[in-house]
Amino acid sequence: MDNFDSYALFLLVVIPMAGAVVVMLIPGALKQQIRWVSSAFALSALLVSFYVFWAYDHEAGGFQFQRTWDWLAMPGTGPLSDKAITLALGIDGIAAPMILLTGIVMFTGVLISWKIADRNKEFFVLYQLLLSGVFGVFVSLDLFFFFFFYELAVLPMYLLIGVWGSSSEFPTFSRAKEYGAMKLMIFLVAGSVLIWIAIMAIFVESGIGSFNLLELQNVTFSDNFQRVFFPFLMVGFGVLAGLWPFHTWSPDGHVAAPTAVSMVHAGVLMKLGAFGIIRVGILLMPEGAQDWMPVLIGLGTVNVLYGAWSALGQTDLKYVIGYSSVSHMGYVLMGIATLNSLGVTGAVLQMLSHGLMTALFFAVVGVVYDKTHTRDINVLEGLSKRMGFTAVLFAIAGFASLGLPGLSGFVAELLVFLGLFQTYPILGVLGIIGAAITAVYILRLMAKVFFGPLGERWQDETDASGLERFSTLILAGFILLVGLFPFPFIRVINTGVLEILQKFPEAG
Amino acid sequence: MNNNFLLLMPEFLVTGLAFLVLTADFFLRGDRKNFLPYLAVLGLIGALTFTLIDQWDRVDHLYEGLILIDGYALFFKAFFLVLGVIVVLSSVEYVKRNLDNPGEYYGILIFTIVGMMLMAASGELLTAYISLELLSFGLYVLVSFDRYGAKSNEAGTKYILLGAFSSALMLYGISQVYGLLGTTRFDGIAEALSATPDISPGVLVGLVLIIAGLGFKVASVPFHMWAPDAYEGAPIPVTAYLAVGSKAAAFALVLRFFVEALMPAVGDWQMIIVIMAALTMTVGNLVALAQSNLKRLLAYSSIGHVGYLLMGVAALAAVGDDGRVQLQLSHLASNGLMLHLVAYGVTNMAVFLGIAVVYNATGKDDIANLAGLSRRAPFLSAVMAVSFFSLAGLPIFAGFVSKFYLFNAVALQGLLWLAGLAIFTSLISLYYYLNVVRQIYIEDAPDPTPISMPKLTVGVMGVLFLAIIFLGVYPVPLMEAIQHASDALMSSESPIGLSQGLR
Repeated sequence: MDNFDSYALFLLVVIPMAGAVVVMLIPGALKQQIRWVSSAFALSALLVSFYVFWAYDHEAGGFQFQRTWDWLAMPGTGPLSDKAITLALGIDGIAAPMILLTGIVMFTGVLISWKIADRNKEFFVLYQLLLSGVFGVFVSLDLFFFFFFYELAVLPMYLLIGVWGSSSEFPTFSRAKEYGAMKLMIFLVAGSVLIWIAIMAIFVESGIGSFNLLELQNVTFSDNFQRVFFPFLMVGFGVLAGLWPFHTWSPDGHVAAPTAVSMVHAGVLMKLGAFGIIRVGILLMPEGAQDWMPVLIGLGTVNVLYGAWSALGQTDLKYVIGYSSVSHMGYVLMGIATLNSLGVTGAVLQMLSHGLMTALFFAVVGVVYDKTHTRDINVLEGLSKRMGFTAVLFAIAGFASLGLPGLSGFVAELLVFLGLFQTYPILGVLGIIGAAITAVYILRLMAKVFFGPLGERWQDETDASGLERFSTLILAGFILLVGLFPFPFIRVINTGVLEILQKFPEAG
Repeated sequence: MNNNFLLLMPEFLVTGLAFLVLTADFFLRGDRKNFLPYLAVLGLIGALTFTLIDQWDRVDHLYEGLILIDGYALFFKAFFLVLGVIVVLSSVEYVKRNLDNPGEYYGILIFTIVGMMLMAASGELLTAYISLELLSFGLYVLVSFDRYGAKSNEAGTKYILLGAFSSALMLYGISQVYGLLGTTRFDGIAEALSATPDISPGVLVGLVLIIAGLGFKVASVPFHMWAPDAYEGAPIPVTAYLAVGSKAAAFALVLRFFVEALMPAVGDWQMIIVIMAALTMTVGNLVALAQSNLKRLLAYSSIGHVGYLLMGVAALAAVGDDGRVQLQLSHLASNGLMLHLVAYGVTNMAVFLGIAVVYNATGKDDIANLAGLSRRAPFLSAVMAVSFFSLAGLPIFAGFVSKFYLFNAVALQGLLWLAGLAIFTSLISLYYYLNVVRQIYIEDAPDPTPISMPKLTVGVMGVLFLAIIFLGVYPVPLMEAIQHASDALMSSESPIGLSQGLR
């Protein structure tokens, strides 16, 4: 399998891209064929991502599946300028579970999008391009391509939300889907303005004439440089991770997006932000990271509390989930900011766990919305009588979200809290308060929307379709798997985390 | 004096082609005139083939260095000929429907190509000036070619008046330089400039006037006022040609002039160009936000792009700590400039071709007329959306790679703030491009009848579409050609030993 190994990561990027090209060539009228082709490509990406995760050798650690292709030279920039930009691929223990997550969410997202009938050709082209970008970010070891794929993952969002999304009406105001789409694009690209500036600064300062991360990590940047440019990366990537106060695009964008896109965006794309902070920020600028971590941990705490508090006040089912994402991403940011092995491992596990659980949330909410054509919590009542399956799945996601033992959220949040208590015990307490608020809004939601007395309007509702059941079951299965057997996941993540933390001699 | 006039063969061929088209126009009647563009295309392809075979790896000069034959000139000659083919092909439908006198249209278009080819090959200011005028005169006629249209006439008048004014400025600058330095040859200027550590105020005034004159031609702020009106009034294929061809030619001249003549005085002009670049991209992109006409929008967006290209000029060299001129990043900057020029050119051609199709179908060219286009013409819409994303600098399209490369060169030259500003203005541009994309994909069409396109248009569009993506994913072959051109531009064995004094 050696030969396959060296192409596996490349395949992960190419399969969705090839899927996009193939779908582009199918006439738009053949809607059923487009669905089958898209799901075939998604399934093969899922299988490759399974293989990559399974074959990642946690004992050996380090970057595996490495492969490098030369791309562009940049004459006169330094000793390595002949290979300034290379398509360098490789994953460590942090990227491996993210790839698994992306594969799962991509596949379930395609199944959930089965019922899209309007221009589904364009939808699947853009959807697969998006996923190609996401895979690309996780596997790139070259700053140019990292950024290339990062932008590619943002690019299709505008159309995906603008064309297939839904607007929301509230008593006093409304949120058009175009508004959500434009807000999301401008926020995210503004974030990448900062990232781009930081990347150029890193390239200039290093003087080695290469964008390869493995080369750049051997360069020691001056303390002053790190102190100035780490915030560019922290905020730039932070925007995508939903960092307060730059999170406001996230609820609006996620609510406006069609179900599968919400799943991918909240489930995977927000993880790119956190991943970027670790992969680029901490790897290249450890001192800068150390200086700025108190700020990040503070903002992360605000994320947790503010997000949870806002979720409490929402009347739209999707806005609740949107704000709960902001809140849960706060745990990820807090965990990263502890810079100790427990905290960072917890953060990465939380990325995986939150990805699965938010995808499940959005999938289930999508089912409810499709059936009832409303997301208003005040109107939806007692749906479990008619939609038992959906209600159970929502409960699984909900319990994972509030950290019930046996589900993925518990392990991840526990690790984050343990890490926090090692460094900032007070913030750890605040984090737990956040979890308590989460329990309030999730349980309230379940009691009202699903498990109360059945509302009259919903007498004739039917439950989720077979495909919806299948795809949500996959997500729920993984939530249980991670919750009951977290060790195989933690083992892999930990090898990656320990390597990053070697950059900090005193911590560890 | 041993001049090998055969070195000018490509220019002779293209001039001959222009006369051939004009003559053929006399003898063809009615529908037969439709053959003219194909004659032009065949001729241009022939000239391209000949040029590539004849001048590959040839380094020579004519008239004691007034005209240089090198890899740099070859790169641009090939670029202009290919551009000419694309412009002619995208004019076919538009000219047939909207303009009289196709013979003159294609004939004059081909004459301007000669002007552009000579601009890239000029090694001396007056030759450059004459070539520039050859291009400009052709463009004056082409812009006002729709002679019964008020807007076209207005555009033509404005363009001629401001063009003449800028030519006068440039000529005055040239006379100033000649009066004080005693030469108009690029290498002579470089020698004279490097002989003295301080540049005299008179020469500086001359250089500033030349820069102002060239600034008019590329439409850089504060000399950009003519562009939006000329773009809006001109026939659409001419607008495309104006946006891509005349800019590329002006930059071909600017790049050679700055590298071969002005490099020793980089400390004196760098700040001027930096400020022009910063103003150009800021003003262009900000004013574009307020436009409702597509052609005006693209005029301002192309002003923004001129700002990026000017950054490439500013990043050509820097004065080091020891007071000497640092040249190790010159290749990078000129590569970046040329790459962005090509990426911008390909993308803009696709956009304007799309606008021409919409105009042919609806008779209007406002942004609002694109509403619901994706349901009326899916392929056209995809191409236009891709082009707008490319102009905004998003991957996997040509604009991303070229911007990344160019901005990186600027940052390396110690101008990180300028590169940062450029990235920020790109963000602004994303907003107005997305608004166009919104019209195309999200808004509903008032009139949902499908727009049919001639096969030829579909073909040209397909080629441009693939080129945008190919350049964005695998720019390596193009980069090799560009690298070759840069090497030729800066090598010490360039035709008459230019810039030897520098190294």
